[in-house]
Amino acid sequence: MARSNKPLVWGPFAAGGTLTAFLTPVLVALTLLAALGHPPEVLGYERLSALGHHPLFKFALAGVIGLSLWSAAHRLRITAYDLGVRADALVAAVLYSATLACTGVAVYYLLKL
Amino acid sequence: MNRNPYLRPITSEWIFRHPRYLRYMVREFSCLFIGGWTLLMVWGLKQLAEGPAAWAAFLELLRSPASIVFHLLALAFAIYHSVTWFNLTPKALPLQVGEGFVPDWVIAGAHYAAWVVVSSCVLILGGAL
Amino acid sequence: MRQVELEVLRYHPETDREPHFQRYRVECQEEWVVLDALNHVKETLDPTLSYRWSCHMAVCGSCGMMVNGEPKLACKAFLRDYQGVIRVEPLRHFPVERDLVTVIDDFVAKLARVKPYLIPKDPPPEAGEYRQTPAQLKRYKQFTLCINCMLCYAACPEYGLIPQYLGPAAIALGHRWNRDSRDGGREARGEELAAKEGVWECSFVGACSEVCPEHVDPAGAIQQVKIESTVDWYQEHLMPWLKK
Repeated sequence: MARSNKPLVWGPFAAGGTLTAFLTPVLVALTLLAALGHPPEVLGYERLSALGHHPLFKFALAGVIGLSLWSAAHRLRITAYDLGVRADALVAAVLYSATLACTGVAVYYLLKL
Repeated sequence: MNRNPYLRPITSEWIFRHPRYLRYMVREFSCLFIGGWTLLMVWGLKQLAEGPAAWAAFLELLRSPASIVFHLLALAFAIYHSVTWFNLTPKALPLQVGEGFVPDWVIAGAHYAAWVVVSSCVLILGGAL
Repeated sequence: MRQVELEVLRYHPETDREPHFQRYRVECQEEWVVLDALNHVKETLDPTLSYRWSCHMAVCGSCGMMVNGEPKLACKAFLRDYQGVIRVEPLRHFPVERDLVTVIDDFVAKLARVKPYLIPKDPPPEAGEYRQTPAQLKRYKQFTLCINCMLCYAACPEYGLIPQYLGPAAIALGHRWNRDSRDGGREARGEELAAKEGVWECSFVGACSEVCPEHVDPAGAIQQVKIESTVDWYQEHLMPWLKK
């Protein structure tokens, strides 16, 4: 039995899961407020793009987006297997590369801010 | 010796065999909403980068009925993820103090407390509170 | 006294192509457990019914079976907790040998694979025994309580889906030795525990810990091993110059 390289994908999953546990509900609450027609101050264009100029903010947001997407992708991979989809390697490849691609897109737009 | 062991087939109906498996699946499905919401935010980031008109369009998109329904579900699932995550943390990270262990509720409780603090800070700094 | 109706899975490999259910109606004492009912069936109605049991006090781990779809020790499943027909089946996820008897070879082999014995960290003391403080004992004590009843394997959907998975009890047993202060075998056990079919098939459903009659908490053990293995892995790959 060889040691698995699963820690490579599990580490970010655990980090992302922890991050989303602390942060996602309140962030969803903020955009929910916007959805209900009462957007909080921070979601005003002036405020948010000013915030977006800060390199620290870009870096933090990239991290939050990347880890959130990664932990969701990893969980979806496991769920697919639980539901009977046997092609785990294929599912993993598709989900992880989609995550990296979407994170790349986010980084691209973050740099444009 | 007439051995002929019988292998019982496995189907996906295991999910419905006991509430705990269904609860597990609900927890796992939270990833669709957390991931989906994050992707929506990536779209929002794009709109933000493209200027005030694009951003206004994004806020308009958020106000659609589909978006409101999605947000309500996403909030519920995100909270479910948080609660299950915090409740399971003491199992993964036991803290031994002398001959005893820090009780589970203390470790989980500390996480809940931190969650309240973080959420309050974000709400205040975000101008929602 | 109460009338109890049991619906028991029967399978005779010499004659049956597949299992079928058989119903028995027996007069039972109020305080009886499912095992008592089965024994009563065997003694008075059907001597051909086969099942494992021994201590009748939830310490030997022999009488694991599915009672109304839940993995239970038959000696710990009280009739008073059930209404209507009680369905009794062999422990799930194991091949059926005969009636309620399962083939447990896979489980036994997995127990052996985790090296469930002391791999001393230091040479034994010159005189006397190894010394261990109560705190050091407490560190791993919980994981010593396993009675090898296999209820956790029946509850674990991942073991059902992936038969090569090491499984909760085996991993908890390996972890028990890893946390023993006298032991230095964590690296050696990593070959099995940190393998793909080791802890990494677990998705923390937690059913194993829920059904465990001895409160071993194998789910907790598995997550602890996952964290240790992850730290090891990153250390090995990012800082290979560090000796473990």
